[in-house]
Amino acid sequence: MNEHRRRAGLGGFVVRLVKEKPLGTIGGIIVLILILVAIFADALAPYEYYQMHLVDRLQGSSGRYLLGTDHLGRDFLSRIIHGARISLTVGLAATALNVVVAVLVGGVSGFFGGKVDLVVQRFVDTWMSFPSLLLLLTVMSILGKGLVQIIVVLGILGGIGSSRVVRGAVIAVKENVYFQAAEAIGSSQWRIYIRHVLPNIVAPVIIIFSINIGGVIMSEAALSFLGFGLPPGIPSWGGMLSREGRQYMEAGPWLALWPGLCLTVLVYSLNMFGDAVRDLLDPRLRGGAGRYGAAGSKSLEKSRQGTRSEPDVPPAAPSPAARTRKRR
Amino acid sequence: MRAYIIRRLLLMILSLFLLTILVFLSVRLLPGDVIDAILGRMMEISTVGTIDREGLERQLGLDVPGYVQYARWLGGILLRGSLGESLMGRGPVGQQIVSRLPVTLELGLLAIVIGLVIALPVGIYSAIRQDTAADYAGRSVAIIGLATPNFWLGIMVMVYPAIWWGWSPSMELIPFSDDPVGNLAMFLIPSLILGTASAAAIMRLTRTMMLEVLRQDYIRTAWSKGLRERVVIIRHTIKNALIPVVTLIGLQVPILVGGSVIMENIFNLPGVGRLMLIALNDRDYTMVAGVNLFFAAAVMGANLVTDLIYAFLDPRVGYK
Repeated sequence: MNEHRRRAGLGGFVVRLVKEKPLGTIGGIIVLILILVAIFADALAPYEYYQMHLVDRLQGSSGRYLLGTDHLGRDFLSRIIHGARISLTVGLAATALNVVVAVLVGGVSGFFGGKVDLVVQRFVDTWMSFPSLLLLLTVMSILGKGLVQIIVVLGILGGIGSSRVVRGAVIAVKENVYFQAAEAIGSSQWRIYIRHVLPNIVAPVIIIFSINIGGVIMSEAALSFLGFGLPPGIPSWGGMLSREGRQYMEAGPWLALWPGLCLTVLVYSLNMFGDAVRDLLDPRLRGGAGRYGAAGSKSLEKSRQGTRSEPDVPPAAPSPAARTRKRR
Repeated sequence: MRAYIIRRLLLMILSLFLLTILVFLSVRLLPGDVIDAILGRMMEISTVGTIDREGLERQLGLDVPGYVQYARWLGGILLRGSLGESLMGRGPVGQQIVSRLPVTLELGLLAIVIGLVIALPVGIYSAIRQDTAADYAGRSVAIIGLATPNFWLGIMVMVYPAIWWGWSPSMELIPFSDDPVGNLAMFLIPSLILGTASAAAIMRLTRTMMLEVLRQDYIRTAWSKGLRERVVIIRHTIKNALIPVVTLIGLQVPILVGGSVIMENIFNLPGVGRLMLIALNDRDYTMVAGVNLFFAAAVMGANLVTDLIYAFLDPRVGYK
């Protein structure tokens, strides 16, 4: 029964997406294609991404090498295709971790409230006042380059920022009668949290996921670009742009062009899709006072700031109401 | 008002204190021993076979336990306003930051100015001509702007003009005092790239807020009493719509800090962001800690100033 309802919900959601959000749908389709490319990278790539053809170094596009070759004669198309796999792996894994961290930190803070909330929120404040790229750079230089490291770092750091959204949602749930009823019949805290709170914060959790993923992918590329992300052996778009792209920019300009272009298309599509998902799941987040009350909407907006430079929820602004000064 | 400012400052001090602990702990965890790095470098230049390792540790103050090092460092900041000495012989950390600050500030300020110059007119026009071709064009460009990595744009600016016209941006800093025009010209491209990213965010918020204000009753009143469009838009709408935009400009500061690290790296500008990357590569503990603390304090300060300006501009927002 439950299963059936959820499936209808998902189908209905897709129908609404296609009907109401054409741009979001296109974004979603592009993302889906790129996910398929990432999954079947081994089959799609004409060569191994590390296979060197030293005779054919720095060649332009040709029938043999569709996007040319790099300074070691590696087929660039194959490297770009594998780059999609890296970007999406980091993106999906780190964003999933974002959600876990956000639900843990924000959930505990909002659920217990009081002193716990106060202390946790001071730490979150401190954390968030830090320019995120500097923090990422510092932590990455401590842990060293690597796929696991970058997923953990981006996952935890982004999650702490997003915990504000979860906290706001949990506080909103606590206002409900069913929550008080559960307390009154003596349910344990755990039971209340799992049975009554978690199912009711699914919407903000999905929103966090869809909104954060573009920013996470961009951060990985930026870190790899600066030399603190993934090691040179891994074909990351950001790393390719920085190493091959910059070193051989005159002999092989395509080495800088393609990784950045793919990154832009991926992040653009994810953002479009994410915006559409957010609008459909929670139209009240589009503008004006958010659903989580005035304080919640400000923190939501700030928490987004951490991973992405695009808050379109006005900061704690009471909608500009009548107050004009007449000059006559 | 005064109580509010004092409370905010106290909270800021608490946050900064937590930060000093975090920063101190984190940079101590950097892999690789700084002593080894320095010794390695000294071996290269000196002919003496052995170097007094313990003497070097003592000289750098690394021979005492971590908490004593922390106390010394914090004491130095509080009592002497000093962020310590670079472990790599670059002199006092504070001095290094101050000497490189003008570059980063110029980059950041130009980026904000460029961002506003682009974003405000487009955002306002997009809102008053909602759902026209111009509106869609403006919004699409903004969304693409948000998705385009600034480091890629930077590289593209280096690559293609060089190939097509044999032109490439200057890789050496032109001091403002020597050649103001040349200086501005060399900062123009990196700040344009940084500015367009902020412009996209500011444009979107400006448009949203304009639309919200345009729906208000008092705007209908203004129209119905026969005011010209220019008066309705400029005097009644823009003034109210731009208040939240001010807040967003403050929130752009941390993003600009990150962006300046990237732009200074690409365009070879000797700013604080570049100092950070150099220090991280060298494991220069005190330098990394100093730059981190400096930027974090700057961001917190910017947040406080933004909130105060917001409350000043909008009397409905109380200090609490």
